[in-house]
Amino acid sequence: MISVESLTKAYNGDAVVDAVTLQLPGSGLTTIVGPNGAGKSTLLSLISRILGPDAGTVIADDIDVLSAPGTEVAKKLSILRQDQNTTARITVRELVEFGRYPYSKGRLTEACHIAVEEAISYCDLVSLEERPIHEMSGGQRQRAYLAMVLAQDTRYVLLDEPLNNLDMVHATGMMRLLRSLADDQGKSIVLVLHDINYASVYSDRIVGMRDGEVVQDGPTSEVITPDALQAVFGTAFPVHDLAGNKFADYFR
Amino acid sequence: MPPLDTAVAPRNGSTRPGTKVRNRIRTVTSVIVVLFLASVAFFLTWGVDGHWDFALPRRIEQLAALLVVGIAVAVSTVIFHTLTENHILTPSIMGFDALYILLATSIVFFVGAYAYAEIPDLLLFSINTGMLVLGATLLYRWILSDATRGLYTLVLVGVIGGTLFGSVTSFMFRVMNPNEFDVLMTVLFASFSSIDTAVLGIASVLLVGGTIAAYRMISVLDVLTLGRDRAITLGVDYRRVVTVLLVIVAGLVAVSTALVGPITFLGLLAANLAYRLTSTHRHTVNFPVAALLAVTMLILGQAALQHILGYAGTLGSIINLAGGIFFVILLVRQSKP
Repeated sequence: MISVESLTKAYNGDAVVDAVTLQLPGSGLTTIVGPNGAGKSTLLSLISRILGPDAGTVIADDIDVLSAPGTEVAKKLSILRQDQNTTARITVRELVEFGRYPYSKGRLTEACHIAVEEAISYCDLVSLEERPIHEMSGGQRQRAYLAMVLAQDTRYVLLDEPLNNLDMVHATGMMRLLRSLADDQGKSIVLVLHDINYASVYSDRIVGMRDGEVVQDGPTSEVITPDALQAVFGTAFPVHDLAGNKFADYFR
Repeated sequence: MPPLDTAVAPRNGSTRPGTKVRNRIRTVTSVIVVLFLASVAFFLTWGVDGHWDFALPRRIEQLAALLVVGIAVAVSTVIFHTLTENHILTPSIMGFDALYILLATSIVFFVGAYAYAEIPDLLLFSINTGMLVLGATLLYRWILSDATRGLYTLVLVGVIGGTLFGSVTSFMFRVMNPNEFDVLMTVLFASFSSIDTAVLGIASVLLVGGTIAAYRMISVLDVLTLGRDRAITLGVDYRRVVTVLLVIVAGLVAVSTALVGPITFLGLLAANLAYRLTSTHRHTVNFPVAALLAVTMLILGQAALQHILGYAGTLGSIINLAGGIFFVILLVRQSKP
């Protein structure tokens, strides 16, 4: 379990993440939703120590994320960010091998090679493994970065808007992949999504953020309701039941 | 010399590039090694009229200086490119060499040319280098202590600092008396024709130290090519690593500037040629390739200066002209499909 205690980040006095206290479970798929500027991505950056907080603590299974040695944290928690641009000329395999850095420091062991192979085949990249990542499509590159995160083999995998720039076929493929990671490998997947219907169909738990604060936190069935969504987004949507899932009709 | 074998045949268990990339790297490295050896042989033997016992020791000493400068410039530039995730910057943009020149100028300015001449070269070099490394480290630790200021703030501060150092230096030049100015010019723009053996010795020690330190951090450097955020995610202690790398860069810039004055364009050239020729991000490949390219260019430039131009010019101008043209040709050719 990741325990977040009164985590705060402010720019020029405006709190982007305002004393957030939150428990993220040690398994399953948890989605953070909320309008633009709610502080979702900032919260993920703070939890993954890419951004230094102004106050607060993050504890992941007894490891103090903000003060423990970087390598220890890197074996516990990984993050896939939105911006995936890189100028470096790296092939898919080389990229995935970077995921083993916390374990190998650049000298891959036999276990590392096995983990790399598994990550590459899990993300269906075997035929592309010698391809430089800057020559790949957005969806393929996203999978390559996900494979790197998988090779890192952490219990917690954080993803910041992994469906950005993906069409619905690839978006659904990505969500199925994440779901199977949670189900088959017992990982805890925490992701930020814009589409609340993807969140509704795939999540075990949904956290709703607004203005830097957590305003909703509960099982999917409790958060995908007109009242709860109104609290998060400030707009009322009708919610329909369809084939056992709840869908928010936000198109009109 | 950087170990070439590791570039050609990757160690068992290290990151393995694909076969295509590996073959390309092998070809490129072989061609560059041959070029390098040819230029060394050419430099040592061309135009020696029988007086080998006189010519050879002098030329070997010059060659050693060219080697030291070339490796220092190439390695410092490649590290700097990785740190800034930008292949167009050089350490000079952050005022590294401007600071070095300011320090040397201040010493002449405040103690006078006669007293300056009394200071042993070795001590002078140590003072200049020590102050550069110390100043750079203090500055960067201060800036990096706040995580919200990125590396680009650092570069910006460097640009402004470099301009400031340059202005103060040129102010001192103007109010200085001509004799002191003359002394300073010979110090700052020392050429390869008049190398101080003692300085060359300590410069080599610094170079070896800096290069070994850089080689020990090769896997971290590779990870840093992914960018700051991903490096942190993979467990890199970013602040510490960046500080150490900047100290190495400062030391290496001091080595090359002390020996021949500012020639950072050479680093830009050699590093970018290396990236384009090898098509890999891996520092085990790019360090030796860039270093060999830099040294080869220096040797050919120096040979041209001595034998063709008869010392009418500076090595820097030859490097900039020939290297610049070559670089533009390469860019134009690669932009075509």
